[in-house]
Amino acid sequence: MAEQPFRLKQTGRLGTEKPLAFTFDGKRYEGMAGDTLASALLANGVQLVGRSFKYHRPRGIFSAGSEEPNALVELRSGARREPNTRATMIELYDGLDARSQNRWPSLSLDLLAVNSLAAPILSAGFYYKTFMWPSQFWEKVYEPLIRRAAGLGRAAQEADPDHYEKATAFCDVLVIGAGPAGLMAALAAGRAGARVILAEEDFRLGGRLLGDRRRLDGQPSPQWVAQIEAELDEMPNVRIMTRTTVFGAYDGGVYGALERVSDHLPEPLPFTPRQRLWHIIARRTVLAAGAIERPLLFGNNDRPGVMLAGAVRTYLNRHAVAPGGRAIVFATNDDAARTVADLTAAGIAVVALVDPRPRPPSSSIDLADRVGAAFVTGIISRAIGLRQVEAAVVETDRGRTIVYDCDLIAVSGGWNPSIHLSTHLGGKPVWNEDRAAFLPGTPPPGTTVIGAAAGDFALRDCLAEGARAGLDAAEGEGFDGDEPALPEVDPEGTGIGPLLTTTAARGKTFVDLQNDVTVKDVELANREGFHAVEHLKRYTTLGMATDQGKTANVLGLALMAELTGKPIAAIGTTTARPPFTPVAIGALAGHHRGRDFRPTRLTPSHDWAARQGAVFVEAGQWLRAQYFPRPGEADWLATVNREVNAVRTSVGVCDVSTLGKIDIQGADAATFLDRVYTNTFSTLPVGKARYGLMLREDGFVMDDGTTARLADDHFFMTTTTANAAKVMQHLEFCHQWLWPELDVALVSVTEAWSQYAVSGPKSRDVLRTVIDPEHDISDAAFPYMAAGAISVGGIPGRLFRLSFSGELAYEIALPASYGNALIQALMEAGAPFGIVPYGTEALGVMRVEKGHVAGNELNGTTTAHDLGLGRMVSAKKDFIGRTLANRAALIDTNRPRLAGFRPVDRTERLRAGAHFIQLDTEAVAANDQGYMTSVAFSPTLGHWIGLGLISGGEKRIGEIVRAYDPVRNGDIAVEIVAPVFVDPEGVKLRG
Amino acid sequence: MRIPCPSCGERGHEEFAYLGDASLVRPDPTAPDAEARFADYVYLRDNPAGALRELWYHAAGCHAWLVVTRDTRTHEISGVEPAKAAALRRQEAG
Ligand SMILES: [Zn+2]
Repeated sequence: MAEQPFRLKQTGRLGTEKPLAFTFDGKRYEGMAGDTLASALLANGVQLVGRSFKYHRPRGIFSAGSEEPNALVELRSGARREPNTRATMIELYDGLDARSQNRWPSLSLDLLAVNSLAAPILSAGFYYKTFMWPSQFWEKVYEPLIRRAAGLGRAAQEADPDHYEKATAFCDVLVIGAGPAGLMAALAAGRAGARVILAEEDFRLGGRLLGDRRRLDGQPSPQWVAQIEAELDEMPNVRIMTRTTVFGAYDGGVYGALERVSDHLPEPLPFTPRQRLWHIIARRTVLAAGAIERPLLFGNNDRPGVMLAGAVRTYLNRHAVAPGGRAIVFATNDDAARTVADLTAAGIAVVALVDPRPRPPSSSIDLADRVGAAFVTGIISRAIGLRQVEAAVVETDRGRTIVYDCDLIAVSGGWNPSIHLSTHLGGKPVWNEDRAAFLPGTPPPGTTVIGAAAGDFALRDCLAEGARAGLDAAEGEGFDGDEPALPEVDPEGTGIGPLLTTTAARGKTFVDLQNDVTVKDVELANREGFHAVEHLKRYTTLGMATDQGKTANVLGLALMAELTGKPIAAIGTTTARPPFTPVAIGALAGHHRGRDFRPTRLTPSHDWAARQGAVFVEAGQWLRAQYFPRPGEADWLATVNREVNAVRTSVGVCDVSTLGKIDIQGADAATFLDRVYTNTFSTLPVGKARYGLMLREDGFVMDDGTTARLADDHFFMTTTTANAAKVMQHLEFCHQWLWPELDVALVSVTEAWSQYAVSGPKSRDVLRTVIDPEHDISDAAFPYMAAGAISVGGIPGRLFRLSFSGELAYEIALPASYGNALIQALMEAGAPFGIVPYGTEALGVMRVEKGHVAGNELNGTTTAHDLGLGRMVSAKKDFIGRTLANRAALIDTNRPRLAGFRPVDRTERLRAGAHFIQLDTEAVAANDQGYMTSVAFSPTLGHWIGLGLISGGEKRIGEIVRAYDPVRNGDIAVEIVAPVFVDPEGVKLRG
Repeated sequence: MRIPCPSCGERGHEEFAYLGDASLVRPDPTAPDAEARFADYVYLRDNPAGALRELWYHAAGCHAWLVVTRDTRTHEISGVEPAKAAALRRQEAG
């Protein structure tokens, strides 16, 4: 195992000296606790870490933060393999395993780098131009080729084994970013007593105070940070959230944040999520997200060894790593002096400081002198070297060309304030010429942007603004406090030159490193008329990679400004949208995966049904028994036939607890029902139930069900399982908004009752032994559609004489906690009659046999007349949907209307979804006359039967049509019949 | 977005179901042009930029319908009241 040859001994700031072992592309290395994968690779002298997206150019580590465009690696393996992770954001742990990506067969020998030679066709817009014709080539030839050649990493093939959590937090003041500005803001608000959340993307607080050698009150900056952190830690009203990226700002002070709970570990600890998605609800927000350094444009500015100057200092000062051995600094600002000083202090030779400003600060010139570096007024035009920078070509302002040998080019084109979160709600960034940066426009309500994020880059300004903004926010929420005293800081230069775009660049010059967008691409976009910033973005893909162009966008805008001769302010900028950094879909889903995607509702006798071997089916959120197979039954159809036959000849029991149930009470309850149902309920006697039909206001059917009158002012409504919540919402709307004067109250009691349909000729006999004897349930005392109170073993319940099956049948209800006992009592009482439990399949077969409509027919496009329920539409009163239901087009008898269907050849099977076409006409959409909505094999009749909607409906009884089903190669002749197949006179249910 | 429910306090918008413009009044079904009025009531909506009184239903809460005054440009909520109270007032006003 290699030593860490580029680890600096003298300036070490690592927490522990215990080395951590890791592998990159199968090779073993050592790093230190506190390292990122990027700093550990650099400590081992690994500069080449990936290949670029389009041209497969060798790439190294460019930054030290979440803006990293280059160093994307595949982390972990197997089910936890994660592509496109930024090496700069991966905390090193013992055993870490990462691989470079987008290369074949190996990183140093990438044969796909021939793409570079094909560069002319891979330029901006090549997708649009090259692959226009022939179109079928796209799918078969181009796309597979491009996907293989130009791709990012490989996602895991197995299911993600980790858990993700969601959580909500509330605070008075949310401070985003824990650099100097954010720390002071949190301190001020925290001392005032406000509930503060301090969210920091990094795993340590401090921001630039960790990467730069600053002194505050005479202490080295990390010590000052530790002292503030200790004080914040002590405050019970302050919550520090590290490894937490606030990625989005939403309405009403809601922020989305991702906490990487376990990503710094080989795998999550037991009972710990990998990541946690936070909704942070903040009264006030202080945005102190800092700034992202801008690169500079020169030929081969993408070579490993070209690095942002601030990142160079972070590796030196925070990680004690030398990112190179011989450096050149190219910068447009006074920060360059700091870079030169830190490199020198780390013992790294600085060969030159290149500054394009015509009047550079004398301090920079003096410093260069002192450390033996050449000071050059000019630019770097090109880097030399293939897999690593070997030299820089410098053009002086006097026209001289000098080549400097070096392996590190530290670049700084100024800083872009991290204003992204300030724009998520529509705030437009404003270009500021003095600071050469876009500054926040109107931030979201309650938000203050401070420090570098506001374009105030000097440390003393950051600290002062933090103290003021933190206190202001706390005071705004009613807290009192004092501004914390500001520490003394060492002096600093903050001069910056204009944004530099004109170069004498030779060789490929990259604007967007991750998407391989070059200066030439931007020029091409301009030539072809894509000047507008949104066009530029989409035509060149500038800023559309996973880093969203954090280091690229402003350069692209500046180039376009120059090409079109307009100021940057006139070019404008693209809109930043959430998320600020990529968020895994798993984190957004949280626990809502697979079976847990939504809640599963179980009826009180679910376990009993499972013990009977029930096969369950999802009905909305509910699991319902679909059928109860018995040993020896050939298939589900055999089971369902047996269940149907048992009900038709003896007795069966079906759990109908999932039906929506609404308790309706009040002096005006009957009036209310008259207005929401098409038919009349005020005439319903106490102790009776009635089938009711509900329309939407547009005249189409919303739902159906039975409603029983339990007292003059008390009704009990049932709805379909699927529409229970929708009907409740509708009724509340009618009550609270349309007719607030009515004395009526509604409550959903779906979960309060267990309800079973007991159906078949023997159903009364079964119930007689279950229901307490004082309740007379004889046909005379309790006729068809009767409803009333009963008791079972002294437990008060309800009985309804309703029939969905067409047989003598009842629905019996007890409070839900007795449901499991009730089903067992019913089965015991029914044993002498051979009672069977039946599921939704048998229920469905019997309802098709009886021609009852259900979900397939109540599909939101059918009217009462379409469903053959026109007789239920009262002409004597107003009700919801009445006026629009009577529109001419909706009462046209040629609309597709309900009818029954049976195959002409009785051995044929019917298929739901088959379309009706007249005999001897072509099977084209123009000849479509409707479709089959429900089918069933009727064991009672011995053949398949169906319900369907066909133009003209029952007017066409006796006609033969085609049931055309191209999906399943079905095309059979069916006869139109009345939609009631069994006992059309309804004799059986009245017995 | 957060909606201050008069009975439940401030809650996330995901607890609510949205209906829309609260200025719409269910037409008189006996009016001679009732069908045209109902068609307007059911299908036609204005799309104002600015303050809009609109109906929300606290589905995952108290089941109250609310009249929420929301600025459609900023989503700023400037007022919330129970729909029933507003409806009674509307009736009193005739
Ligand atoms: Zn509520």
